[in-house]
Amino acid sequence: MSNEDISKRVSEIEQRVEKLEVNRKNLTMVLFSGDFDKVMAAFIVANGAIAMGKEVTMFVTFWGLDAIKKPSMNTAGRSFLEKMVLWMRPKGPKKLGTSKMNFAGIGPKLFMYMMGKKKVEPLHSLIDIAMEYGLKIIACQMSMDVMGIRKEDLLDNIEVGGVAAFLSSAYDSTTTLFV
Amino acid sequence: MPKTTLDYKGLQCPMPVLKLAATFKKAASGDVFEVISDDKGFEPDITAWCKETGNPLNSLTKSGNDITATITKK
Repeated sequence: MSNEDISKRVSEIEQRVEKLEVNRKNLTMVLFSGDFDKVMAAFIVANGAIAMGKEVTMFVTFWGLDAIKKPSMNTAGRSFLEKMVLWMRPKGPKKLGTSKMNFAGIGPKLFMYMMGKKKVEPLHSLIDIAMEYGLKIIACQMSMDVMGIRKEDLLDNIEVGGVAAFLSSAYDSTTTLFV
Repeated sequence: MPKTTLDYKGLQCPMPVLKLAATFKKAASGDVFEVISDDKGFEPDITAWCKETGNPLNSLTKSGNDITATITKK
């Protein structure tokens, strides 16, 4: 190979490496918790990664589903147990309890007040912003089924999927977090 | 080269970098931006953001609580 060929080959490889580095730094998250503080942390990290230009996928399962519910839902046509679970769980980001110092629901109000004073973006708007900037949310079909949650109970533009959807996104990511 | 000033004072993490990213998406290559923030974590954040996105950080100055970063869109 002549020097010219080698330098051509090197620049080709450089371009390919650069492409790989850019594309392979996606973030996949599992949001299992429905605790206000943990959900808050999850959406701050998700927004940060979006700012860094990464594709972010959040697989939302179990208690995490509370965070992406609409504030009200029509529970008609569901079983007694499903209705009971839906009635007992918070509906949406404004109703979540904290993992520590919840004090029967006063804790979150206190934290929201303190965060507002420090100009921290409220949780519901962090969720809206992330989705507007391209966060992909996949709600876990199985846990939705168990708790009687339907797609129309969740915020708009949320996909429903299973563990394979989460894994396929995780395999394409360099960072996978469980919250 | 004219500079565009982005005043992100009063915004908390992760809003400054998020807003910056949205602005950079629409900007043309070579555009220069001056970003002002009083978020205490802004210095490491903006340094990391520039490193990760490949947009060169030209300068970083502090005066009082304000941190000013000058960044060129790559």
